[in-house]
Amino acid sequence: MSELHSIFNDTLLNSTVRSVAPILLAGLGGLLCARVGVFNVALEGLMLIGAFFAVVGSYYSGHAMVGVVTAIAAGALFATVLAVLAVSLGGNEVVIGIALNLLATGLTVFLMRTMFSVQGEFQDDRIKGFPALSLGPVGNIPILGPIVSGHTWIVYCSWLLVIATYVLLFRMPLGLRMRGVGELPQAAASLGVSVRKMQYTALILSGALCGLAGAQLSLSLRLFTENMSAGRGWIAVVAVMLGQANPFGVLGASALFGFADAVGFNLQGNLPSELTGAIPYVATLMALAIYQARRRATRSAGTPLEGS
Amino acid sequence: MTSTLADTSTESEAGTVAPIPRWSAIRSRARRLIAFLLSSLIGLVIGGVIIGITGHNPVDAYRALVDGALFGPNFVNLVSTINRAIPIVGMGLAAAIAFRAGFFNLGGEGQLVLGGLASALAALYVPLPAPLLMPAAVLCGALAGGLYASFAAFLQFRLAVPLLISTLILNYPARDFATYLTNHHFRDIATGMNETHTVPDAARIPLLPGGTELHAGLFILLSILLGAAFLTKRTTLGYEMNMAGLNPRFARYGGISLQRLGYTAMFASGAVAGTVGAILVLAEFGRYIDGALTDPLYAWTGLMAALLAGSGPFGVAAAGLFFAALETGAFGMEQTTNVPQELAQVLQAIIILLIVSRTGLRAGEDRTG
Repeated sequence: MSELHSIFNDTLLNSTVRSVAPILLAGLGGLLCARVGVFNVALEGLMLIGAFFAVVGSYYSGHAMVGVVTAIAAGALFATVLAVLAVSLGGNEVVIGIALNLLATGLTVFLMRTMFSVQGEFQDDRIKGFPALSLGPVGNIPILGPIVSGHTWIVYCSWLLVIATYVLLFRMPLGLRMRGVGELPQAAASLGVSVRKMQYTALILSGALCGLAGAQLSLSLRLFTENMSAGRGWIAVVAVMLGQANPFGVLGASALFGFADAVGFNLQGNLPSELTGAIPYVATLMALAIYQARRRATRSAGTPLEGS
Repeated sequence: MTSTLADTSTESEAGTVAPIPRWSAIRSRARRLIAFLLSSLIGLVIGGVIIGITGHNPVDAYRALVDGALFGPNFVNLVSTINRAIPIVGMGLAAAIAFRAGFFNLGGEGQLVLGGLASALAALYVPLPAPLLMPAAVLCGALAGGLYASFAAFLQFRLAVPLLISTLILNYPARDFATYLTNHHFRDIATGMNETHTVPDAARIPLLPGGTELHAGLFILLSILLGAAFLTKRTTLGYEMNMAGLNPRFARYGGISLQRLGYTAMFASGAVAGTVGAILVLAEFGRYIDGALTDPLYAWTGLMAALLAGSGPFGVAAAGLFFAALETGAFGMEQTTNVPQELAQVLQAIIILLIVSRTGLRAGEDRTG
């Protein structure tokens, strides 16, 4: 009982909130792509690129904010490559996405070694991170306060972006056009909507969001390690499916995975770390399997990527 | 069948040679070869620019790369390239087998690790007479990899979890599980590293005569290569895989059970990956060393070779050999010119992106409809 108590406490929920942010941000990016009919499997690589360039920007400028801007720009630029190859040149988006993920892995290690002459991990005092924000009076609310308070602004920003994405998709003309392109491109095109422009917009926005996700990963720890995205981009791909490409659905799915991540981390005192490390991945697969089984039971048609 | 699965099938079209007139097959192969050469050339030029930007001389770096891949005293570097090509080509064939039938297997890494560990444990703890021990250990590796890949197929066909996702995510628990087993149950505490005891000599895959580091794993790989070629060109199963890869709906209409085919293809794919793990453990290391199978990214380089070459076995072998040469060459380049060897991985990815944008690796109409 006391063991259970040591696992499920408010630190757990606090670290859940922290683990959710990168998955959520990348998931929002994947969601936008799904809405315009592009299956973006490069979220993982985009996030890794973001994590690296956040450190680069922060290290050279001495300002964490410059790091974030660099990360967003690098993510958007990388996503533009995906857009050119997949949208303009008509290459297969899955193959290109996989190749981009591998390029991101190789390029970040290559650049880390040439720019900073280190291997494996780059940690330096000149990398500036963000302070944890205390939310003033909110932090004093019992139970809720300690959970939602004390995170970086990127975490709070990710919550606002959920609402922003919802507004963009369902309350703005641009979002209507994007959804139209995803659902029936010919019809959208016949109404004068440029399919290509909408797909470029969604892909570049997803790159920016993944860049921000990466910045949260690396700047919250003020270091970069090889392959530090560690499958979170793929978990985000699953979150888009589970959330049915709806911003609040993606938030729910990301919260689930963040929780699994935090539980695994908290269990480290009780179980070998190798076993606890596998928890988020197993949870992801189980959630997807349960979701698909329920979906099949209700006999709905179409793929999860086609959205609700 | 979900349309996610149908979408994945479109990749195979470029590399496969369906029963079509021969001249057109030759022409498409020639086109592919030209695209490959052109992409490699452009890729190397981009790589040269990257080397230049980072403050090194591209000509010196590439000269060191070629030397590091092919020459050295007694062609020792060429031997290294061949030894490195064994796991890369093997993992490429593993990916290509699933690929040909229209399935993505991104789980090569997990299957490789479990195959390697299973073969080490079989070699250490299964009491078998000497001549049987090595083949039995290799078989155990193949079985472990094959079963793990089949689990992903089970998730696809029973629970509709897309293979693309499940295979990728299953890599992580496999790696963690292997680390856990080695660390907590089978560790050789005499060494400071997380590794098993050395396997008995009878279980080792022997070196080939001639005094080089070439080992008999090469023959296992060649038999997998010929087996894969025979399967795809001369058997009903290969024909069905090909058809399912090109057009799953048509294949199903023709009476092929995609489910049975999927299980078969995934098991075969995972078994090849597991065999590669066994070769590495029984020929190169003599024990299971945690991380030694994953750190060199064999599974991913192999996957890239399969993406580059389509799903024809000999094309995959050629691409895998090329990538192996790039990697061993890059290792030599790092030693003489200080350009980090990870440049090889960057070059590989750039070449694939170039070739994907140039050749017929296009998504079908289903993207717009």
